[in-house]
Amino acid sequence: MSKTYQAGVKEYRETYWMPEYTPKDTDILAVFKVIPQDGVPREEAAAAVAAESSTGTWTTVWTDLLTDLDYYKGRAYAIEDVPGHDDAFYAFVAYPADLFEEGSVVNVFTSLVGNVFGFKAVRALRLEDVRFPIWFVKTCYGPPHGIAVERDKMDKYGRPLLGCTIKPKLGLSAKNYGRAVYEVLRGGLDFSKDDENVNSQPFMRWRDRFMFCQEAIDKAEAETGERKGHYMNVTAPTVEDMYQRAEFAKELGTPIIMSDYLTLGWAAHNSLSKWCRDNGMLLHVHRAMHAVIDRNPNHGINFRVLAKLLRLLGGDHLHSGTVVGKLEGDREATLGWIDQLRDRFVAEDRSRGIFFDQDWGSMPGVFPVASGGIHIWHMPALVSIFGDDSVLQFGGGTLGHPWGNAAGAAANRVALEACVQARNEGRELEKEGKEILTRAAQHSPELKIAMETWKEIKFEFDTVDKLDVSHR
Amino acid sequence: MSQVQDYPSRLSTPESRKFGTFSYLPPMSDDEVRKQVQYIVDKGFNPAIEHTEPKFARQHYWYMWKLPMFGETDVDRILAEIEECKAANPGHHVRLIGYNNYTQSQGANMVVFRGPVE
Repeated sequence: MSKTYQAGVKEYRETYWMPEYTPKDTDILAVFKVIPQDGVPREEAAAAVAAESSTGTWTTVWTDLLTDLDYYKGRAYAIEDVPGHDDAFYAFVAYPADLFEEGSVVNVFTSLVGNVFGFKAVRALRLEDVRFPIWFVKTCYGPPHGIAVERDKMDKYGRPLLGCTIKPKLGLSAKNYGRAVYEVLRGGLDFSKDDENVNSQPFMRWRDRFMFCQEAIDKAEAETGERKGHYMNVTAPTVEDMYQRAEFAKELGTPIIMSDYLTLGWAAHNSLSKWCRDNGMLLHVHRAMHAVIDRNPNHGINFRVLAKLLRLLGGDHLHSGTVVGKLEGDREATLGWIDQLRDRFVAEDRSRGIFFDQDWGSMPGVFPVASGGIHIWHMPALVSIFGDDSVLQFGGGTLGHPWGNAAGAAANRVALEACVQARNEGRELEKEGKEILTRAAQHSPELKIAMETWKEIKFEFDTVDKLDVSHR
Repeated sequence: MSQVQDYPSRLSTPESRKFGTFSYLPPMSDDEVRKQVQYIVDKGFNPAIEHTEPKFARQHYWYMWKLPMFGETDVDRILAEIEECKAANPGHHVRLIGYNNYTQSQGANMVVFRGPVE
């Protein structure tokens, strides 16, 4: 039976609050943490979020009646308390498949985190998790290569990979910079990395940097007999510049390049990721700007969502926190999103902040990268927390070694291998770490002096963004 | 600066060449190799052995010793194969692999015997 048109403002919950709705396997599901304005009931706030992130607008319009709104609308289907937080609640919203363009992460998030985040009826809003149905996963491009292929290409198995960001971040000439790269690679690291803000500044243009770094890679490979890479940063002011830099890196025969997916833009990043698969190039992904979006516990987007969308956009490595270093990161939450980067299927697990089952289909996995403020004393914990499928990056922890970069790199490599060997022997790394490192240092003067330089430094600030899993 | 030590790696010295996981540690004792074999068995990996002349160690494909030992869980059997491979190929590096058929990758890969370098 057809409906009649009545102009005016209706309460959102009349249309968009449907507690009786059972989500379909094809729906995109989202959970928001909502803090409504005073006096706005939970159901109305949840329905408003569903409406404003899908088909709704503030007033009834006659063109609503030209379509089947009940088919297209987003539905708020459940509300839950947020443990330990009286003002906030979780709103679960289901979006039908037809609302979104296939394979477009850009389109999904333009809806889910669009105008609704400035909406007056809510005081604060945070997108905590998204369940992508298998049809969406299968229409996204995904990682250019993934963990298994990268291991084969780089010929590295049975241990985490080791990297290092070259410092100082800014101001080195291309030749001096290449020197620092050569030293860390010959000392035993697998990768070195351009800092995220190293693009093509007047003191070091990208082309010069790429050429010197490639010479460093080639010599370190010949010297050590192992495969090496330097993440050549192709993040650029325009997409044309980005491609030009990527093409030149390919001409040099380098194995891996990098981008910054948030500042570069998701569409540009998606294009680069496709280019990388087509051209046999590994892609390292940095996440500058993420803390602007994910750090506030009440407003923004949780990093687990940013991690999931990067896997969909494509990348072979993603910076995802260290748990133990100088940067923010709750252990359980971090374990939750590194599962989302690596696993084929991730089950709902509220203790890790995972609200939905997520089937990744045949999409390859992404290496999580632990980088920032870590050094050899963190090694046992890092190997234990991240396992083999990870990249551990020691910047200051390599370059700050009293005998220089090569010795610093060797110290890290020895410490890593000692930890992996001990783990395989069934020893508990986080308990016996000191003993394991001390024993390894007997055969490595580089490790011994590193252990004396960084005497069990710890970073013990409290995490700002904690998981809401229990009542405080 | 007098305490600063030089890092002794050289293009001209073959002993500077490395070969993947555990090659920055001293060679493993028999007991240590046994523990790594036990790890491969405990993880459900399929053990396999490869070997090569040291000067060709950089290549992706080493010589496969027989076939991977699919389903083999007897640590002594696996250790015996390593010995047999060593005896049949004097002077070669010998590598122990644990194939993980679920990830389509190698869950373990280590050189358990280091041939003399020229």
